[in-house]
Amino acid sequence: MTAATARSEGESFRHHILTVLVENKAGVLARVAGLFSRRGFNIFSLAVAPTDDERFSRLTIVVDVESAPLEQVIQQLDKLVNVVSISQLAPDAAVERELMLATVAVDARLRSEIIELVGVFRGEVVNVGPDRLTVMLAGSPDTLDDLERLLGGYTIVELQRSGRVALPKLGRSGG
Amino acid sequence: MRLTGAQALIKSLETQGVEVMFGLPGGAILPVYDPILDSSIRHILVRHEQGAGHMAEGYAMVTGRPGVAMATSGPGATNVVTPLSNAYMDSTPLVVITGQVSTSAIGSDAFQECDITGVTMGITKHNWLVKRAEDIPRTVAAAFHVATTGRPGPVLIDVPKDVSNAQMEWYWPETEADLDLPGYHPRTEGDPAAIAAAVELMLRAERPVLYVGGGALKSRGAAALIELAERTGFPVVTTLMARGAFPDSHPLCLGMPGMHGNYTAVTAMQRADLLVALGSRFDDRVTGRVDAFAPGAKVIHVDIDPAEIAKVRVPEVAIVGDCRVVMERMLDALDAAGLVHDEAAVRTDRGATAVAGSRAAGRPAREGWWGQLRAWQREYPLHYEAESEGTVKPQMVVETLRDLNPEDTIVVAGVGQHQMWASQYWRFEHPYTWVNSGGAGTMGFAVPAAVGAKVGRPDKTVWAIDGDGCFQMTAQELVTASAERIPIKVAILNNAYLGMVRQWQEMFYAERYSEVYLSPDLPDYVKWAEAMGCVGIRVESPEEVAPAIEKANAIDDRPVVVDFRTDAFEKVFPMVPAGGSNDDIVVHPNQAGARVAQ
Ligand SMILES: Cc1ncc(C[n+]2csc(CCOP(=O)(O)OP(=O)(O)O)c2C)c(N)n1
Ligand SMILES: [Mg+2]
Repeated sequence: MTAATARSEGESFRHHILTVLVENKAGVLARVAGLFSRRGFNIFSLAVAPTDDERFSRLTIVVDVESAPLEQVIQQLDKLVNVVSISQLAPDAAVERELMLATVAVDARLRSEIIELVGVFRGEVVNVGPDRLTVMLAGSPDTLDDLERLLGGYTIVELQRSGRVALPKLGRSGG
Repeated sequence: MRLTGAQALIKSLETQGVEVMFGLPGGAILPVYDPILDSSIRHILVRHEQGAGHMAEGYAMVTGRPGVAMATSGPGATNVVTPLSNAYMDSTPLVVITGQVSTSAIGSDAFQECDITGVTMGITKHNWLVKRAEDIPRTVAAAFHVATTGRPGPVLIDVPKDVSNAQMEWYWPETEADLDLPGYHPRTEGDPAAIAAAVELMLRAERPVLYVGGGALKSRGAAALIELAERTGFPVVTTLMARGAFPDSHPLCLGMPGMHGNYTAVTAMQRADLLVALGSRFDDRVTGRVDAFAPGAKVIHVDIDPAEIAKVRVPEVAIVGDCRVVMERMLDALDAAGLVHDEAAVRTDRGATAVAGSRAAGRPAREGWWGQLRAWQREYPLHYEAESEGTVKPQMVVETLRDLNPEDTIVVAGVGQHQMWASQYWRFEHPYTWVNSGGAGTMGFAVPAAVGAKVGRPDKTVWAIDGDGCFQMTAQELVTASAERIPIKVAILNNAYLGMVRQWQEMFYAERYSEVYLSPDLPDYVKWAEAMGCVGIRVESPEEVAPAIEKANAIDDRPVVVDFRTDAFEKVFPMVPAGGSNDDIVVHPNQAGARVAQ
């Protein structure tokens, strides 16, 4: 665990995670995005994925709770007719993961330096070119932040992050 | 039975019980207009699709049934955008049907193509683009269900031309489960624990106010409201959207709060220790500056829309549910607490009302509160300078209209000063007799909404009280009214100005009048009215006011327009300046010196 992910108990987070089950119909994403923009709710990320039932999709939305009270965001979302259910996850009760791909410009010396750095993070080199290297890291968003910051010391050609997905943390006993 | 999509659409509307719809045809909706010829539904041909939308709104507001409007694709559809936005703000149930280019042409910038579901996403409760003819009955049934249940609102169904022309096998979705709305479950029953907590607060309140909004009308809750008010002895304020939900003549009625509300209604909320918000949404026109609004009040918020709870003000008790249902449960809980009202006291002595209501249960007597309210009412009644030196005062026109018309007359207003005078000086005694554009403030609403209201309630007198500016926006619908023999009456309070804007420029922009002058006689409203098949009457002096109204009231075979030339310099009072605190309410200059014993 890196320093940035170790947060003290009871610390307040700026973000909150909503898992939203929506009907898999044309325009649903536009309805959700439109709602956020017209009500002035900010989001940090939004990930869409199919579910095992093809009638529905799942959105994982990371909401900026400083832009609007969480309850208001949930109630407004719930009014969208295509929104079937919403579950909310406080960051300290969630396991959050995200994926990052980064292409970095390298020469012979930097190549091994970066491979080593990515190795420390338990990331992977997924593509190698004559003067570029594409690395991948899946992990907590904070871990990704750390690697992104360190890679910033090199020349990043391109970098993409998937936005986070999350599930509730399991209790210690049973469950 | 094989039908075309178009036939299925009209049959679906018939099956829904639609009796009338308002619209105007064009290319993409042509297939749907053909079966209208064979339908039991009356179609009213408007002169502009905005008129169709507002007519549908007026119809819905007086009947409680959803209004239906129809337009073609592209410009026809965009012309209905303003009514959709208006209906969305005022929670009016509308079903708007638009034609769309053929599915194969969608996305190609085809002639008269417009992504109307995209455009109206944020101003409809929901909308549908129908892709297959077999989806039509289910979509229509779902549209009516969504428009009329929960918090009502407008919906739109966009029907491509090839879908209208395609064949389908007729069916009708019999149950809610057939509607394919897995995410739509409005809550109507309030949580009993919350209701019990609310009643507990109500029994202990010393300075309570029932803050009644449009939800009390939408839920058909007027009778329950009277009972709740009389049982508790609480004073009642009715917002702009709730005028008529509680009789203005009732001793417990304080009238309208808000930016142009009366002093007592505004100040009662400011000083209250309990606000019972019944289907009201703490609109900025009511609260003024939110952090200075009703600072000492606990709040019970009853609303069918969970998103209204705590949107503006965090309540002590939140009750999500249908306003009427919740009021009835509150009455049950009050019964259980032994609070019975004293009929005689309510009827006879205004001051004694509250006392009688509460003493029965040995709860706080509210003589002090009622004494204060009565003192404010005495010191700061609604007031205007009646002495007019021959000019016609707009408030006097409204009062004369009120006095010369039956109590259940439907009054429809435009937006501006005349709207505020209508809401202030009319005496509303019955629910569904007031039709106006509250949340959106849509100029041009009155004439078409009055047409729709008269179609919905042909048995009632319908007077539109309109501004000269507003009238010019949608007056052509009087052609529709003449052609369809819909005898509405229109009183133009012609002050030759965009008066409300002029008032703001006078008060807040150092009398720098920018683009607000209209001229009293360009256009000539009488000639214009006559050209549209109406009777036109001009009134230029106070003596002519009553005779002109009598004359208009005697005409029942065509629309009448009365051009009242009113005082251009009159301002609406009281007024809470925009963004200001309700404590800084500005009363009429004649009352400025008055002091109320606190
Ligand atoms: C469509 C639209 N445009 C502009 C406004 C802004 N506005 C509010 S009241 C008003 C003046 C209305 O003038 P009029 O109909 O003559 O009414 P009055 O205030 O003079 O009674 C204006 C321009 C509006 N509410 N709606
Ligand atoms: Mg005017």
